[in-house]
Amino acid sequence: MDMKVAKKKLGLKEKYRLMTRDLGWEPTYRAKDEVFPYVNYEGIKVHDWDKWEDPFRLTMDSYWKYQAEKERKFYAIIDAHAQNNGHLNITDARYLSALKIFLQAISPGEYAAHKGFARVGREFPGVGTQVACQMQAIDEIRHAQTQIHALSNYNKYYDGFHAFADARDRIWYTSVARSFFDDAMSAGPFEFMIAIGFSFEYVLTNLLFVPFMSGAAYNGDMATVTFGFSAQSDEARHMTLGLECIKFMLEQDPDNLPIVQGWLDKWFWRGFRVLGLVSTMMDYMLPKRVMSWREAWEIYGVENGGALFKDLARYGIRPPKGWDDAEKAIDHMSHQFMLGLYQWSFGTSFHSWIPSDEDMDWLSAKYPTTFDKYYRPRWDHIRKLAAAGTPFKNFGLAKLCQTCQLPVVFTEPDDATMSCHRETEYKGEKYHFCSDGCQHIFDNEPEKYVQAWLPMPSLFQELNGDIGAWMNWVGLRDGEDNGDFVGSRDQRNFDQWRGMATSNL
Amino acid sequence: MSTVFIALQANEETRPIIEAIEIDNPLAVVNRQPAMVKIDAPNRLVIRKETIEEQIGREFDLQELHINLITLGGNVTEDEDSLTLSWAE
Ligand SMILES: [Fe+2]
Ligand SMILES: [Fe+2]
Repeated sequence: MDMKVAKKKLGLKEKYRLMTRDLGWEPTYRAKDEVFPYVNYEGIKVHDWDKWEDPFRLTMDSYWKYQAEKERKFYAIIDAHAQNNGHLNITDARYLSALKIFLQAISPGEYAAHKGFARVGREFPGVGTQVACQMQAIDEIRHAQTQIHALSNYNKYYDGFHAFADARDRIWYTSVARSFFDDAMSAGPFEFMIAIGFSFEYVLTNLLFVPFMSGAAYNGDMATVTFGFSAQSDEARHMTLGLECIKFMLEQDPDNLPIVQGWLDKWFWRGFRVLGLVSTMMDYMLPKRVMSWREAWEIYGVENGGALFKDLARYGIRPPKGWDDAEKAIDHMSHQFMLGLYQWSFGTSFHSWIPSDEDMDWLSAKYPTTFDKYYRPRWDHIRKLAAAGTPFKNFGLAKLCQTCQLPVVFTEPDDATMSCHRETEYKGEKYHFCSDGCQHIFDNEPEKYVQAWLPMPSLFQELNGDIGAWMNWVGLRDGEDNGDFVGSRDQRNFDQWRGMATSNL
Repeated sequence: MSTVFIALQANEETRPIIEAIEIDNPLAVVNRQPAMVKIDAPNRLVIRKETIEEQIGREFDLQELHINLITLGGNVTEDEDSLTLSWAE
């Protein structure tokens, strides 16, 4: 008689021990310092690597099982999207601009994060840490690939998607995200963990993926909802890893506190500046909006970020230095940046537009203290110029911040009528900054940031200021990928194809 | 008091999980947004394997949560039977 013998199941803790700790070994014929040469120079003191635990206790076998299931779900929807004219089901072709920025600026960042985690997984000595970094390295390359794959469906029909990799390396607004990742990847392993685990995962991805993906659902874009949520299902693990790393450093040695605090200050502000792009996508580029940038900030910045720093206070951590300046910027940043994108739209590989009356009414309801006072009058003026046939275009080049690489378009924290600009002189050269936060970051590590590659100076150094040559170089087709949405090929095609899809003509 | 939260995709797999969370956490507030559900609770939220199993009528491995998880806030503690999110009080 056959008897079914129940397999003895390992407890979660025991399984985690066997499948992580027990995979490590002590080197015998080489010194540990030689095997892990990068783990000490940042000054972080670690006494016991075994104290590092993944709270989820995820082991590689379960990891593959669950990731495979996520992929199956993802491709089921991506196939359905391609088979069912998904590119015509979005609410409005203006929405595509948000996707283009996402593909040009964010997806390559996922790939950079992959490279970074593959590297630090090798540089950290602890086995628990190595396994967690290995998983995250694989996650991040999956995010880059699924995002590129999902958006390739739109590339078949619309402009601005085709040259995202060149755009990422060369265009001015994408260099904001690029410099964030380059900065992280050229830092030591512990700082990298704060940059990505804390700043990118904890501060940014909640604000980027969650309301934005919910917004994608609202705008009929199932492809983006799917890659967004599929990626975000890994982010919960990544945030937890980032938080774990912070707690681990603080618990290992009291001398680590000032170093960790300095990194939190720096990377909070770096992350916040990347959010300049996100705020504009949320407030201006979703035809149907779930929540405003301000509302998202209340939930994921003030409430959740505030809770995190209250929790970390037990280790002596205080909220990051730029926290108050960030709060003051929330009601202004999306408007100031969209005004910038609109006036420099000759140089963007996506379309921008003047908000409609309905959009502006929504913005004044969401920003009662700022929109009508500072921004509606400007849009009204810009609209008058457009109606008169003399649209407001700025063919000059923006001055860029040496640290975050955003154009210097923001105002003083306490005066929204004064443009904010800081300068540092270093070894006889002048450097410009958008804010105190960015200037402090530079002043702490000038030798790093004087080497930053900035798109505007490069235009002159490499292409003698020839805008046409620059457009070729960044993969931007003048009159197709750039400029105003009104009258664009995307607008014409979408209207025409949608008409064909809903009638028999 | 700080808020802990968990957000899950809105789908057939998570419907009974959300019900289980509501049963185990009377103070939890369920916010339904397009394509997702965000559950907030003051300081602490517990997700219990047993309660989920009662809702779905089969065995459930708590790590299955990863498939539909969108994001969370709070310190995570997990063992076979429960996953807890908490902030230090
Ligand atoms: Fe990612
Ligand atoms: Fe800056």
